[in-house]
Amino acid sequence: MNIFARSIASLGSQVRTAIMGLGAFTRLLFALLGRSGTALSRFGLVSQQIHFIGNHSLLIISVSGLFVGFVLGLQGYYTLSRYGSEQALGLLVALSLTRELGPVVTALLFAGRAGTSLTAEIGLMKAGEQIAAMEVMAVDPLRRVLVPRFWGGVIAMPILATVFSMVGVIGGWVVGVVMIGVDPGIFWSQMQDGVDVFNDVLNGVIKSVVFGIAVTMIALYCGWTSRPTPEGVARATTRTVVISSLVVLGLDFVLTALMFGN
Amino acid sequence: MTREKTDFWVGLFVLLGAVALVFLALRAGNLSSFSLAPTYQVQAYFDNIGGLKVRSPVRSSGVVVGRVSSIGFDNTRFQAVATLDIESKYEFPVDTSASILTSGLLGDQYIGLTPGGDDKNLDDGQEIIYTQSAVVLEELISKFLYSSASQGGSGSDE
Repeated sequence: MNIFARSIASLGSQVRTAIMGLGAFTRLLFALLGRSGTALSRFGLVSQQIHFIGNHSLLIISVSGLFVGFVLGLQGYYTLSRYGSEQALGLLVALSLTRELGPVVTALLFAGRAGTSLTAEIGLMKAGEQIAAMEVMAVDPLRRVLVPRFWGGVIAMPILATVFSMVGVIGGWVVGVVMIGVDPGIFWSQMQDGVDVFNDVLNGVIKSVVFGIAVTMIALYCGWTSRPTPEGVARATTRTVVISSLVVLGLDFVLTALMFGN
Repeated sequence: MTREKTDFWVGLFVLLGAVALVFLALRAGNLSSFSLAPTYQVQAYFDNIGGLKVRSPVRSSGVVVGRVSSIGFDNTRFQAVATLDIESKYEFPVDTSASILTSGLLGDQYIGLTPGGDDKNLDDGQEIIYTQSAVVLEELISKFLYSSASQGGSGSDE
């Protein structure tokens, strides 16, 4: 009976911890949004973070975009040519990039490249008691440390996703038109005929904004709540990648159903 | 790194994002087909519009001269009504006929305008009287089957 009661209690405590974590996450989000005025008045801090999060991720994002475009061009060509419709290659490449692959793959790479470093940075600041020192000096660490990083991530992510899509389309063009020899006029005109600016391009950008908010928030939250020990920081970094990847994939399904499901 | 240098690289980064968005909108997307030229509106009533959609092209001799701006149902005539935005630089006689056509065998549907011979031109808010509905493939097949069946039946009678 005692074991039975204890297992129920452990289940209850797990659920309670999960709900409390969700509540703390939401409170942190609102706290950051409420303090966002500083992001505007001291834009230098945000700009520094965009440089750190965005510019430094540009290389990995563009190289992956290029190769994803190459692969889409090759695979699409093999499958489409079986049905004699290799003219639709441009449409296939552009639609899959702007709607899905651009935002999602960028968000996954973003979580690995920028999210981890945000978590580790904040966790180490905590471990080194820098955050506590700020509080002692009456500097609000949320305002000074978290808000610029939040806006830096939210601004950088859609830009990175758009660059990813553009480089991917160029990659598909290189493989399809330059290497395989699909007619360039038909490649572009089919693309322009089928890709709608608002339905496809804009919805992709909206997706990437949502992913940017989600991934940056998760990274900041994991760093902010990490245990101030080397092991705690390591765990928080791992958690950032795992949770944000899962959240991105789940959110992508929900957003796709809302946007393209009519 | 100094503040100015950081700002420069960030500016370049944001600029790159803007270039990418413009590329996707103009080169990959259909923003270039949005035209801001002045238009006039005419109505056309059809028995069946098939797969016609809002923003489908209106063509004459294969050239895009306008777009379908809205599609509705007229509950007094029990017909579908399509409102066409035609660019002002293209004028058509009042006895122009509109028909719903399909680009290719399974492509998207569009409205084709065939100019008539009248002296007066269509004005804003006027109606295209001569219309031809969309060809519905199922109706065509059932007609074909019906006629071939009746032919086959009369053949066996003889």
